[in-house]
Amino acid sequence: MNAATLFGLSGAALVGIGLYGFVTNPEPLRKILAFNLLGSGVFLVFGVVSRRAAASGLGGDPVPQAMVITAIVVAFAATAMAIALVLRLLQETGRSTLGADSPGDTDRVSGNS
Amino acid sequence: MNLALDIFTVSAVSAGALFFLAGTVGLLRFPDSLTRLHALTKVDNLGLGLVVLGLLPQTNGLFGALKLVSIWLLVQLSGAIVTQLIAGTVRRRGSNG
Amino acid sequence: MTIFAVFDIGLVVLILGIAVSTIAARDAFAAVIGFVVYGLLLSIAWVRLAAVDVALTEAAIGGGMTGMLMLGAVARLRFAGGNDISISLPVRFATAVLCALVAAGLAIAVLSPPDAIPTLAPMVMENLAQSGLGNPVAGVLFVYRALDTLLEKVVLILALLGVWSLAPDSVWGGIPGLRVYARRSSTLTFLAQLLPPVGIVVAIYMCWVGAKEPGGAFQGGTVLAAMWLLVMIAGLKRVPSIGQPWLRPLLVVGPVIFLAIGLAGMVLANAFLAYPPGYAKPLIVAVEVALTLSIGVALGLLAAGPLEQAQQQ
Repeated sequence: MNAATLFGLSGAALVGIGLYGFVTNPEPLRKILAFNLLGSGVFLVFGVVSRRAAASGLGGDPVPQAMVITAIVVAFAATAMAIALVLRLLQETGRSTLGADSPGDTDRVSGNS
Repeated sequence: MNLALDIFTVSAVSAGALFFLAGTVGLLRFPDSLTRLHALTKVDNLGLGLVVLGLLPQTNGLFGALKLVSIWLLVQLSGAIVTQLIAGTVRRRGSNG
Repeated sequence: MTIFAVFDIGLVVLILGIAVSTIAARDAFAAVIGFVVYGLLLSIAWVRLAAVDVALTEAAIGGGMTGMLMLGAVARLRFAGGNDISISLPVRFATAVLCALVAAGLAIAVLSPPDAIPTLAPMVMENLAQSGLGNPVAGVLFVYRALDTLLEKVVLILALLGVWSLAPDSVWGGIPGLRVYARRSSTLTFLAQLLPPVGIVVAIYMCWVGAKEPGGAFQGGTVLAAMWLLVMIAGLKRVPSIGQPWLRPLLVVGPVIFLAIGLAGMVLANAFLAYPPGYAKPLIVAVEVALTLSIGVALGLLAAGPLEQAQQQ
């Protein structure tokens, strides 16, 4: 097994770990964090695709690498947006968790909007 | 000459790695925040310093060497500042947790 | 088994271990610290995959900027309502099985590579000389996939607009809430006075060297943003209100110049985002400089977070 395959497998494992955290953790902030883990696992698998396609004396195919760079920046932008949403949720409802379906909370949300 | 430089590199980097190991053990084993910080500063100063020193003969030219040394200096600066800030917080909170 | 294989296995074990501890940590603060360490380790993995440009971006944005954003959020959420939702053990178990299946599917895909591996590297290298660039990744970003790069800048600005527009009406046009970090300290002030000149030189160097070696507008812009945030956190400069007249031109100057050169390419080089022959390198460097500025401002404001204070008169 070469290094690229090893990192590819760990990328696959990271996707699994991130997905588990995303599903089971009730706090939105931890969900965002887990989603970032998941995303970096996908990037790592993509990096392995790039490494395998090495040609012309390069260490890897530059096209997937450039796409991963773009993806990291876009993931950051999405994370910033998601965190702003969570903070706004806190401002509106006084809680940071989702899924509280008690009528009192929904009243407060609709009352403010 | 080359062999001597290689031996120098290997021994200096190994010594640096030893400091990293010692610092990490200290971080895990020392009882409170201040002593843990003490262990970490050894890693920053001496550990990284020895690694950089060992790598200097392997760089291609003066420019590479300058970059390595400036990395060490920047880590020194940030390490010292962060240590100060953490120690200050520990002191303000009055706990050694 | 070579020493590299041992190193790689150790690295993968560390990465996976920290990923698990990030998910499993009880404390959100510990989870975020774990995530920062994870980002730094992952950037070493990128170096091992011969993708130094990606490693720089991952360390700067994946570890540093995202980490700062999350730390700010943890500090703001500290007194939020507790987490009263618990997930039962059977559901957790079923989730774990399903997630393991997803991971196993990906692992099978990784383990069975196609017979003929598709690669665009030879095409990139054939045409790279025309652009005058030496770094193939920069070539892809600014020549062959320039549209992606342009749209990504637009995404950054859109995200910033989204963050701003989540503010309540009372603070619209106000000041991003960086106060959560603010704690006057002479040590921090010292760092904020000493580091920015060095950081700005490093950012310019990264932007400049990006044409032929790993580096570029993203990495340079991130360093610039970090320096700006440091100065604001230490309290040496006030956080600007988003209505400042200088702020918005700086935000859009990169994409606008990129777009203008792209449109000029339609006339001069017969294609959108094509460069006239012979002028490719100076044009790309101009775009990179403008983008570095815009990325720096956009990243800094994104990391500074939502608006919290009304504009002071």
